[in-house]
Amino acid sequence: MNRFFSLVRLLALLAKETIQMRRDHITFGMMLGVPLMQLILFGFAINNDPKALPAALVTNSHDQYTRAMVTALEMTGYYRFSHIAVSPAEAEALIADGSVSFVVTVPSDFARRIERGDRPQILVEADATDPSVASGAISTLSSVASKAISRAQGLEAQLARQKGQQLEVVVHKRYNPEGITQYNIVPGLLGVILQMTMVMMTSMALTRETERGTMENLLAMPATSLEIMLGKVLPYLAVGAVQVSVVLIAAKLLFNVPFAGSMPLLLTGILIFVSALVLLGYTISTVAKTQMQAMQLTFFYFLPSLLLSGFMFPFRGMPIWAQYIGEMFPLTHFLRVVRAVMLKGADYQAVQKPMSVLLLFTLGFATIALLRFRKTLD
Amino acid sequence: MNAIDVQNLVKRYGDKTVVNDVTMSVAEGEISGFLGPNGSGKTTTIRVMCGLLTADSGGGTVLGFDLKTEQHKIKNQVGYMTQKFSFYEDLSIEENLDFVARLHQLSPYKQYVRETLDTLGLTSRRHQLAGSLSGGWKQRLALAACIMHKPKLLLLDEPTAGVDPKARREFWDEIHALAANGMTVLVSTHYMDEAERCHRINYISYGNLLASGTVQEVIDGAHLATFVVEGQQINTVAKALKSLPGVDQVAPFGNSLHVVGQDEKQLSQTLARHSNELAYSYHLGETSLEDVFIQFMANSADNMQ
Repeated sequence: MNRFFSLVRLLALLAKETIQMRRDHITFGMMLGVPLMQLILFGFAINNDPKALPAALVTNSHDQYTRAMVTALEMTGYYRFSHIAVSPAEAEALIADGSVSFVVTVPSDFARRIERGDRPQILVEADATDPSVASGAISTLSSVASKAISRAQGLEAQLARQKGQQLEVVVHKRYNPEGITQYNIVPGLLGVILQMTMVMMTSMALTRETERGTMENLLAMPATSLEIMLGKVLPYLAVGAVQVSVVLIAAKLLFNVPFAGSMPLLLTGILIFVSALVLLGYTISTVAKTQMQAMQLTFFYFLPSLLLSGFMFPFRGMPIWAQYIGEMFPLTHFLRVVRAVMLKGADYQAVQKPMSVLLLFTLGFATIALLRFRKTLD
Repeated sequence: MNAIDVQNLVKRYGDKTVVNDVTMSVAEGEISGFLGPNGSGKTTTIRVMCGLLTADSGGGTVLGFDLKTEQHKIKNQVGYMTQKFSFYEDLSIEENLDFVARLHQLSPYKQYVRETLDTLGLTSRRHQLAGSLSGGWKQRLALAACIMHKPKLLLLDEPTAGVDPKARREFWDEIHALAANGMTVLVSTHYMDEAERCHRINYISYGNLLASGTVQEVIDGAHLATFVVEGQQINTVAKALKSLPGVDQVAPFGNSLHVVGQDEKQLSQTLARHSNELAYSYHLGETSLEDVFIQFMANSADNMQ
């Protein structure tokens, strides 16, 4: 009889945990339903490069230049003029209550000044409460508008000659040339969904036993710390596998996210990440006294990990100190692996570093959990 | 060799001493009762013995294994039935037994479970969730699960709390059957009739072990005199006697009173002096275990103040 580890005892614990998990219908359904729901919800909903934003046009003139410019702006896809020829006061109200994101004001002498050869001004007021909403639309603005005017004047050919010597900047958007947000969001969502369910479920593993009073009995029987830990976390690896399949299949079928890299490499990365997560959850459950506390600790961990991991905001855009904090979350490293492998087709060499860090997290959490686990009720 | 041999156990929570210098032993094959009021440290002492709590000081052996260093070996050979039902209510009866049997590495575990279910008479209900069982059945299931691995020592923490008299009787019959087969049993209880079913008893109060021995030894050791007082106005008599010298407790028993005191001579003088005035007759009676325990409780409550 082995003092520290016995497969028979581990199997007993695994069987028990699996039955309990299966019998908790709501939780079980949640673990399978949540990933699909979140994926569809966020996958379709989150867009960092929003198009067809409502805009209002303030103008008195109905000349060809104004029409040309409005058409050109709508052609970019960013603007949708929902309110045309409103008064300045109406426009002010519209942008204030959020009905429109932009107000484009064309002065009444716009046509006359163009024909005179002046540089007429148009005013674009953008609702920049969310900077990401405005940035794309604004960046296209001046070139689109001036091109439209030139075309309307029939001066396009001349303009082209004039600008011929000027520097031309060619931008290639790589890995995601169309700038489709979902290509970025969906692989990230895989990490977020796994983190959410895995950490939350395992964080209650021990506190549930304590609260139900079954801990006393469990500890009085000859199960070791390692067996109890593995018994608690391994069933969730299986749940994680199901979630991963759901998300990956949906990513392919619903969002057409490209799979550029090697699947075995991706799955290895996921396995290490999920192991780190369930052990993190288990570590939380060795700290928390009640299920409520476990829940609170989990949420305390969730928010910064979502905001600072690079899932929501570009990691390199954060200040250095925030990047250091971001490095402390397994999610950050997983996002690097999953995005690199899925979108860039990275090989093992390219993701070796984040993979090793994830492995370190796994071992670290396991060690802390085993050290923290009390085999007594003291 | 004694099944339990512990010396000077001390367990503190913060500045509260829950178990204070307890030394006790339980001989192999004996049923030892563990008595004391609520919060007296019974559960804590039992938990220390089965390795669920570590003593702050003191130590000893359980089944010959050291309490501090061989807890794993102790757990393999001890059955511990907790005060509150602590098997899994969301597992069926059979699944609970499966779990316990496999954790104890019984092989083939299915056979052990089948036999246990048969003995319990629960074979037909084996798929029922444990949480849906009544209190009496939960207790039987818990006991069955605790003895499935044939432990040498059985620790029972208030096993019959909230169980009807018939189930209690059956429970004790089973305990005696187990002890007859060589199992040592330490059982904590509040009930006097259960204490009298034990071979030996240990009385603990506020963490202090106050008495140990057979029921008769404990009663004799308390050196109490008990008089049975009978009269018409029993309630008035009881009230009047309570404050008189030599009277420690007055307890009504049906139509009579048990008047108990530590000093027999002083007590009988007091009773003689007032028997005419209060119109009662009295004679020397047997001191019961309950009288002794109430005396213990009264004394230790004094000590606490």
